[in-house]
Amino acid sequence: MTAVTTTTPARVRPARRAFPFGRAVAWTVMGLIVLVTLLPFYWILRTALSSNAGLGADPTDPLPVGLTLGGFERALGLQSAEEAIAQGGAGGGLDFWRYLLNSVLVSTLITGCQIFFSAMAAYAFARLRWRGRDAVFGLFLAGMMVPAIFTLLPNFVLVKQLHLVDTLLGIALPTMFMTPFAVFFLRQFFLNIPREVEEAALLDGAGKVRIFFRVVLPMASTPLVTLGVLTYITSWNDYFWPLMVSYSDSSRVLTVALAIFRAQTPATGVDWSGLMAATLIAALPMLVLFACFARRIVSSIGFTGIK
Amino acid sequence: MTIASSSPPSRLPTGAAAEVRSRTGPPPGGAGEDRGDGRLAALFIAPALLGFLVFLLWPTLRGVYLSFTRYNLLTPAQWVGLDNYVRMVNDPIFWNSLWVTVEYVVINIGVQTAAALAIAVLLQRLTRSAVLRGIVLTPYLMSNVVAGLVWLWLLDTQLGIGNEIIGAAGLDRVPFLADETWAIPTIALINVWRHVGYTALLLFAGLQAIPDDMYEAARVDGASEWRMFWRITMPLLRPVLAVVLIMTVIGSFQVFDTVAVTTAGGPANATNVLQYYIYGSAFGRFQFGYASAMSVALLAVLSAITVLQYRLTRAGRTDLG
Repeated sequence: MTAVTTTTPARVRPARRAFPFGRAVAWTVMGLIVLVTLLPFYWILRTALSSNAGLGADPTDPLPVGLTLGGFERALGLQSAEEAIAQGGAGGGLDFWRYLLNSVLVSTLITGCQIFFSAMAAYAFARLRWRGRDAVFGLFLAGMMVPAIFTLLPNFVLVKQLHLVDTLLGIALPTMFMTPFAVFFLRQFFLNIPREVEEAALLDGAGKVRIFFRVVLPMASTPLVTLGVLTYITSWNDYFWPLMVSYSDSSRVLTVALAIFRAQTPATGVDWSGLMAATLIAALPMLVLFACFARRIVSSIGFTGIK
Repeated sequence: MTIASSSPPSRLPTGAAAEVRSRTGPPPGGAGEDRGDGRLAALFIAPALLGFLVFLLWPTLRGVYLSFTRYNLLTPAQWVGLDNYVRMVNDPIFWNSLWVTVEYVVINIGVQTAAALAIAVLLQRLTRSAVLRGIVLTPYLMSNVVAGLVWLWLLDTQLGIGNEIIGAAGLDRVPFLADETWAIPTIALINVWRHVGYTALLLFAGLQAIPDDMYEAARVDGASEWRMFWRITMPLLRPVLAVVLIMTVIGSFQVFDTVAVTTAGGPANATNVLQYYIYGSAFGRFQFGYASAMSVALLAVLSAITVLQYRLTRAGRTDLG
């Protein structure tokens, strides 16, 4: 990865005379960017571990003020209403364990189904021969042109008519079967698998279904995992659609719960400690997920992002 | 499950020949005993096609239909022709929303593209460290809701660290999200914070397609980094930049989450972006027909921008390879 920097420094030196200064400036800028990127995360943690009284007394202390886990207790519904109000909370009783579970269920359902169904379709587009294939694929491509947001209102009407409002299934349904992008992305990958690999298996008498499961899917594990992680993050972070569909605890996901937490907290003295603790609870799983797959995601983002 | 797979024809080992045969005519329907994979394909495509038809194509058509109706979810939709559109054209709040949204997009995309380009070039020319790329991407892992709440706290007028610093510098505290002038730029910059890393990595991928020897050669000729950026990087990155711009502009126009959790459209409609107004019309006032008409208008704006950008930047070549 660092191969570039080893190129003949001696010969190039004259042209580079002014460069170290430029490099210093460039590194400073890079350092600032990293700082602006990461400091808010530290501030979330610092605030979540502070008491609301402490935050009011000393807003600039870089360390937690009046170190306490009260914020987390309020977010997880472990405090009684009186206790919560005494510590500057709303006493509204939100149960983030439940929302965490809901988020996990919805994201897992969407990701698992969407990737699997999209992979099947992509295989049919890439490798199977059937009448109307190109026309249907063209239709899918055209579907990429419709901004997802345009379909939300009519989809809500549909989900309501299906009596699936306020259910986890209702939240998952619209993106559970496919996204045109996932199909397109996986088709591109399948097209690049050498035909010889499949043909060898065919000659061995394996059926195409078997080839799909035993040969093609394992070969595509890298793009499948990358796409899966990105899909998981996207569905985890989605707010607008769950906001429309979910009304009660039974289907409330973390993003919606966070917004409610914020709306409940008194306008005069916001429960910043509790709010940041809740924020951390909502964000942490994605940070952990990312930490596990960071290298893979980071190096493949160009290809998943364009088109 | 192996309906069609039991009788694969003795296909030629070279894929090309099979490809040619498949193009020479439609596979014979019905019999299923030879090259066509009709039934298997139907099975493989069924779930995705169902999802496509039911949750993408149908709602798109229905959205357009609803825009010509009066509909409150409870009673059947009632055809009213162009009424919703007439109302829209005469609705000052709609025009305000459109204007506010455009203001947001200009700031958001302007700053984000410049910053992403700078980060991408720094990553390309300074270090290609994967760790740094990972760090730059972290805000993207947060939801818009989380990003909105965090910055709401950081920029809080009373206790936020941002205003503490401003205060310590002897300046007046700025009510960033509660002030009509500041609210939209602030929201635009919050979303830059969340998305700039992702955009930078897209551009970085585009930069990697530029051969290193071009920079080497330019450097031997004594070209400065600044000059190389304008003479090599920009021209060669243009197609990628164009696609990224189209993508991010379309995304930017759909801003909703951040507004919903930080300002709720206020103060005094100053941040009542189009998508927020649409949501309020549908779920606050149950005017699904009117909300749909505004959605169609947004769709039209986005389509026009896409076509225009595509033309202007001649982004015909999108594949990196």
